[in-house]
Amino acid sequence: MVSLKTSLCGIELDNPLIPASGTFGFGYEFAEIYDINILGSFSFKGTTKDPRFGNPTPRIAECERGLINSVGLQNPGVDKVIENELPKLKKCFFKPVMANVSGFSVEEYVHTCKMLDSEPQIGWFEVNVSCPNVHGGGMSFGTSPEAAAEVVRAVKAVTTKPVIVKLSPNVTDIVAIAKACEAAGADGISLINTLLGMKIDLKSKKPVIANKMGGFSGPAIKPVAIRMVYQVYEAVNIPIVGGGGISTAEDVIEMMLAGACAVEVGAANLVDPYACKNIIEDLPRVMEKYGIKNLSDIIGGAH
Amino acid sequence: MKDLIFKVSTNEKIAKNTYEMVLLGDTSDIKCGQFVNIKLDGFYLRRPISVCCVEGNALTLIYKVVGQGTEAMAKMGAGVELLVLTGLGNGYDTSKSGQKPLLVGGGAGVPPMYQLCRELVRDGKEPAVILGFGSADEVFYEKEFKDLGAQVFVTTVDGTYGTKGFVTDAFDMVDYTYFYTCGPEPMLKAVYNKSKTSGQFSFEERMGCGFGACMGCSCKTKYGNKRICKDGPVLEKEEIIW
Repeated sequence: MVSLKTSLCGIELDNPLIPASGTFGFGYEFAEIYDINILGSFSFKGTTKDPRFGNPTPRIAECERGLINSVGLQNPGVDKVIENELPKLKKCFFKPVMANVSGFSVEEYVHTCKMLDSEPQIGWFEVNVSCPNVHGGGMSFGTSPEAAAEVVRAVKAVTTKPVIVKLSPNVTDIVAIAKACEAAGADGISLINTLLGMKIDLKSKKPVIANKMGGFSGPAIKPVAIRMVYQVYEAVNIPIVGGGGISTAEDVIEMMLAGACAVEVGAANLVDPYACKNIIEDLPRVMEKYGIKNLSDIIGGAH
Repeated sequence: MKDLIFKVSTNEKIAKNTYEMVLLGDTSDIKCGQFVNIKLDGFYLRRPISVCCVEGNALTLIYKVVGQGTEAMAKMGAGVELLVLTGLGNGYDTSKSGQKPLLVGGGAGVPPMYQLCRELVRDGKEPAVILGFGSADEVFYEKEFKDLGAQVFVTTVDGTYGTKGFVTDAFDMVDYTYFYTCGPEPMLKAVYNKSKTSGQFSFEERMGCGFGACMGCSCKTKYGNKRICKDGPVLEKEEIIW
């Protein structure tokens, strides 16, 4: 018998699988087709202080082994999330859930996290620092160690739950940002968010995405994600949630070997709604194939 | 929603760049006005295609070759197995049709009108159908609609077949109690402006997942944001913002 158990910031997970934010809604779409309680957890749709429609359409462009999305954090706002979405989530998912939070100023992050902190089902915060800082000239919080650390300090001051920071890969030195977040009190690091990309349509000779650029994700980005998780694992002592192009049980094992104690699956959910279920069911076979008894034993094993 | 293996039975060209594919499999989850999302080898995202006809275990799709994915589909022969996500979208509400519904399809928007027409005829309604195409070589399914007993009008933009002009140029020839339409967005907007009754519009958008998870195909309506793939593709005239 193999064990898929792992833990994240002191909370035990039945397995490392965590559907990534923005690919799993608030869970109930997927609960219609399988019991989502088989998951380790999931990270719910990125929530902001105010409701957001997001970017104009087209928001999606297919690429080789991946897609570009420019959804633009469409969400009903934290008040409606608490009022409408969390009660629905509660009916189909009984484990601690990860609250993915975004903001366009430090105050917005603080407001949203404070509101969500008292929700009993939330196990962790996943703070997305890839959004532009409207007070910082539009630069993403996640591109500067100081700005990322400022968000972490402010959120930590108003929350009681573990704060995991989701880092953007669109930076010159991911390690410096991860270390700054750890020093500011982050309880964990999640990486990677999408890579900034573009696709141009040859017929119209213009970008496919209305917003021109968007976040590229899918199997094509996996080597970048593995590399970044590996580098960050060497530099910090807090747990890492690894993600980026994960689609198979083999990918999960590779990501854990790089240093992740839990693994996010994003784009794969969009092409196969059963992706996470299939990976969980396939893991014992693949673990046996590679002589792995306990998944938790292999975390960082590649170092 | 079900993710199922279907087997290609036939796949034939029926008009310029237009193919009719018959797939065999479990169609139990498929409703009129819905779409399916097909996994194709070598392509990352699935291809959403509207349902043209469901009969027993046969699912008929009509698709236009518009890119590499549909080009690959056009080359598929009988026996090819495809992974198909079925039962996607809300579909048409046939209960509102009245006795004489008008069905307006343009180009790749014609196929979903066919299953709708069958169901309305089966329910004892007397549908009229306007089929709009660019040119004579693009026209398909005129006979199929006539065989259902519907009154059929064909328009072509260049006048090489049927009435010259757009689908709205045939509107005045018909008395109707309600309408259903699917086609390119400029056509839908023209139908919106021309129509005198209430009706339902089926929309198209670039999709990520096709089942409501990614928010890739959202639109604004008078009753809040909706996802074309999950809350649509069919929207009622009264909720559309134009």
